[in-house]
Amino acid sequence: AMDTDLSSQDRKDLDKFIKFFALKTVQVIVQARLGEKICTRSSSSPTGSDWFNLAIKDIPEVTHEAKKALAGQLPAVGQSMCVEISLKTSEGDSMELEIWCLEMNEKCDKEIKVSYTVYNRLSLLLKSLLAITRVTPAYRLSRKQGHEYVILYRIYFGEVQLSGLGEGFQTVRVGTVGTPVGTITLSCAYRINLAFMSTRQFERTPPIMGIIIDHFVDRPYPSSSPMHPCNYRAGEDNGAVYPSVEDSQEVCTTSFSTSPPSQCVFTVTKAHFQTPPPVVTDTLKVPVMGLAFSHQLSSSRLSYQPAALGVGSADMGYPVLFAGGLNAAHPHQLIGPGKEGGVPPIPGQPAHGTQADQERMCTPLDGVHYSAATPSSSEDTETVSNSSEGKCGSPHDLLETIFVRKVGAFVNKPINQVTMANLDIPFAMFAPKNVELEDNDPMVNPPDSPETESPLQGSLHSEGSSGSSTGNTHDDFVMIDFKPAFSKDDILPMDLGTFYREFQNPPQLSSLSIDIGAQSMAEDLDSLPEKLAVHEKNVKEFDAFVETLQ
Amino acid sequence: PLSTRCCAPPGAAPAMNCRAEVLEVSVEGRQVEEAMLAVLHTVLLHRSTGKFHYKKEGTYSIGTVGTQDVDCDFIDFAYVRVSSEELDRALRKAVGEFKDALRGSGSDGMGQISLEFYQKKKSRWPFSDECIPWELWTIKVNVVNLANEQERQICREKVGEKLCEKIINIVEVMNRHEYLPKMPTQSEVDNVFDTSLKDVQPYLYKISYQITDSLGTSVTTTMRRLIKDTLAL
Repeated sequence: AMDTDLSSQDRKDLDKFIKFFALKTVQVIVQARLGEKICTRSSSSPTGSDWFNLAIKDIPEVTHEAKKALAGQLPAVGQSMCVEISLKTSEGDSMELEIWCLEMNEKCDKEIKVSYTVYNRLSLLLKSLLAITRVTPAYRLSRKQGHEYVILYRIYFGEVQLSGLGEGFQTVRVGTVGTPVGTITLSCAYRINLAFMSTRQFERTPPIMGIIIDHFVDRPYPSSSPMHPCNYRAGEDNGAVYPSVEDSQEVCTTSFSTSPPSQCVFTVTKAHFQTPPPVVTDTLKVPVMGLAFSHQLSSSRLSYQPAALGVGSADMGYPVLFAGGLNAAHPHQLIGPGKEGGVPPIPGQPAHGTQADQERMCTPLDGVHYSAATPSSSEDTETVSNSSEGKCGSPHDLLETIFVRKVGAFVNKPINQVTMANLDIPFAMFAPKNVELEDNDPMVNPPDSPETESPLQGSLHSEGSSGSSTGNTHDDFVMIDFKPAFSKDDILPMDLGTFYREFQNPPQLSSLSIDIGAQSMAEDLDSLPEKLAVHEKNVKEFDAFVETLQ
Repeated sequence: PLSTRCCAPPGAAPAMNCRAEVLEVSVEGRQVEEAMLAVLHTVLLHRSTGKFHYKKEGTYSIGTVGTQDVDCDFIDFAYVRVSSEELDRALRKAVGEFKDALRGSGSDGMGQISLEFYQKKKSRWPFSDECIPWELWTIKVNVVNLANEQERQICREKVGEKLCEKIINIVEVMNRHEYLPKMPTQSEVDNVFDTSLKDVQPYLYKISYQITDSLGTSVTTTMRRLIKDTLAL
């Protein structure tokens, strides 16, 4: 019989070891996904309460959940303890990232000494778990959580369910420990098409649309246990541990702007928004799928706006201009995730708070100076002249954008600046040549508009309706004295002939110049299918925006 | 542990029954230290216990090992190490010397650093104690030079991914549960463990390194070839 070789004391000890091993396993996994660095102290004098001679804290809520899931049982053949790690965006979409499985198989090692060898090997296995939890893709994601997404955990007991991980998931074995009643195995199955949703992807190119769509489906298995955020903050109620999700469009835009070229967000004065607002509206209405390519959508729109200052090419890759601009109109809408991390700011917050948010968002980017952006301009929704003073630099600066890269995922250091070369915008001739001219240029500084709402605000708050939140449709649109290209005007006298001669040799498109940023033509072309897919998906929003044009 | 060389000179073949593992990495100059520390700390995490406290009748209790996360500055990578400043200092010193040697003249940026776990076997005078290695980790390093910031950024990420693979490899080896020295009695504990640290107790280890000279060969091989070539005329 199976148990004759195992004394009852040994059996009791073994069961205890396995139980506490399971609890510690859960603690290590969840703590590794909190988004913070973990640090515990070594102690030469044994305290008697440190299981497996390792200093692993016990977060009470986590222990509670684990015990609830186990319900007094131990991992056995066919009954595994699973810790599921998933990601939930501020929009409410979630995606499974990893399943950590603690399983038992029938292979028994009768010879092994329980109280000694098994115990030490379980200790070694926990050390391996500590190491492995830092090398799967979800670790880096979890270190960056709080703004666009949070990381959640769920513990369940029973059959392992891996189908939520998508196709081609990978497995890593943490280790095994043989015991007289079976072999304990600890492994992790993780989604791999997440690997390129890592920080690198957030910072440069958007993830492939199709894959993202797969993920945002209803959970196939109704949770037998509720999901919990890994972001544990001691002292808070269980229910309020992580930020609630808002349904309004603000959520969408917040995410949009803080997506990872968040470092590229800067404030543009309200003035710049006198160019066709529906473009921005359209951008803003894109739901934040994949957190990163909504901005790609807008950047492709940017290319159709040659008159938009400073940015004339989709190769910018980042929606900086528009994100910033909206901030100018309604600072609280875009910038900053809120003080508590993850809570999207709602309209009505004082500008000060938002400005602090904006500055806080920019703080990691020490030393970065955004052209055309100063904190003062974010508060300025009043007159255009004030905001133009807030602009720093000449139009020349406006054509230059400073891109920053994060030095590293985990580093709290000033970011190396990478300055992009001057952008050659189409119709560069018509860009204001110097500051004075710009101040007078109605395209840059349109006549004072009512300071209440920008057209964006209206579209932002209404689901396709044309009313602004104040209900005053007259304020939605401001007439621009639009000067068609190459027409004669006071600033740049030009006739058709001169125009033709000047533009025999147009400035090089930034998309064709090699020294512009990190994106190459090839990358652009590669991203076209995704862009198209995004557009296709958002047909409704496009239709709505077309409506607003009528 | 760094300077004591009570047994075989570096580069000598490991003794029988000594497990040998080799890892290879290509890194940029400024990444050498962090990459080496990540690997060495991960190995030592698995090869350190809490301090032993011997009690009557040959039983002992074991202290508690704390751990902490370390973020790398030049690599997109993080690892866990044992919470022991003394151990960290010792490793940093060794890795620092290795890095300096790699940068020194005569080096083409290739070298290797070894972490060897050994047991001491006491011999009678006049013979010195024998050191019997039972596990040898060798990290081969190839230093690359990068031309621009873009390449450096890619290198940050690639080396980070590589190190993730190395950690998984190390854990695989650790999981084999192969030979480990028997738990020693109180009188033998210094033959198995390094008891000099105040908060943790790693197995006895030593770190050594070799730099490949610019010819890619060791000096003795060069001399032999010269002589051979001379004689061949």
